[in-house]
Amino acid sequence: MTTATERSIGLAIDKVRAQAAAEGLLDVAYATADSPFGPLLLARTERGLVRVGLPNQDAEELLADLAARVSPRVLEAPGELDEARRELDLYFAGKLDRFDLPLDWRLSGGFRQRVLRAINRIPYGQTRSYTEMARKAGNERAVRAAGTACGSNPIPLVVPCHRVLRTGGALGGYGGGLPMKEGLLELEGVLDGKGTS
Amino acid sequence: MTALPPFQTVLDDHSAAVMAILQGAVGRDSADDCFQETFLAALRAYPQLGDASNLRGWLLTIAHRKAIDHHRARGRAPVPVAEVREVAVEDGIPEHDPGLWAAVGTLPPKQRAAVALRYGSDLPHSEIATALGCSPEAARRSLHEGLKRLRKELA
Repeated sequence: MTTATERSIGLAIDKVRAQAAAEGLLDVAYATADSPFGPLLLARTERGLVRVGLPNQDAEELLADLAARVSPRVLEAPGELDEARRELDLYFAGKLDRFDLPLDWRLSGGFRQRVLRAINRIPYGQTRSYTEMARKAGNERAVRAAGTACGSNPIPLVVPCHRVLRTGGALGGYGGGLPMKEGLLELEGVLDGKGTS
Repeated sequence: MTALPPFQTVLDDHSAAVMAILQGAVGRDSADDCFQETFLAALRAYPQLGDASNLRGWLLTIAHRKAIDHHRARGRAPVPVAEVREVAVEDGIPEHDPGLWAAVGTLPPKQRAAVALRYGSDLPHSEIATALGCSPEAARRSLHEGLKRLRKELA
């Protein structure tokens, strides 16, 4: 049960959050969102979506990491993530094949960012190999580094690293676990549900 | 140096203590406004905060300042009375002595907060202890040490 004091604290916190947003003090706004695979953590800056935490990732650790790498002004502000949540809901319902969200790439630098930007151009329902991604990023021989870039993708789902497979079609890895990668590829009609392409 | 946690954690961990202190210091009706001002001021200054080891003391010091601002603003507002007194009243409220409060400002954080909460917000030792997250005995000690230093400095 909520006491009157807890309620008034809740209301006062809402006002702090609204005023912080109005004053441009919400350096990192975050919220959780439901997905068929479990709860997601969504975080954005004034530039755009900066982090998507998958269900198997520790939300507290992700927030501490954002505090250290972006800004310690990290506040829960669900309203700021409404559009991201809406597009993800549509995506999971199979009704959206392209995200239209501003992205903040600052958590990845150099080669990794180039790999992720290349991944971001893979169309819905298609797959590419790690080798192709390495080539697109400017270094065909850096296949292993391309794999690492996928593994460290700070904005999974929206930047569709699940569409990158090993040459020959083996699934490779996934930060959210292989069953989730399979599930996403089934959703997009790449896999037939039996784990083969 | 301790890394600064996400500000949401600061809100979650300390909002109840800040609200309790403010309700004691300025009353329920004004506590909400002071609460917002406290956390907004904290949020503005947060990235520059060098040390995260005593976040509660830091917040309560800000809360205390907001409570004093509130009392000052109220003190300046005219109060309707039936008869205007002809003699000036000196009630000895400590914040009227800027030298004293400047000296309080130089105390170490725990002592400063203890002195501010005791004499600024008029809180009993038990509530100062809650506010500072320590035992009443430790709160009493911080207060005592703070006063000793002030006496020495202002003597």
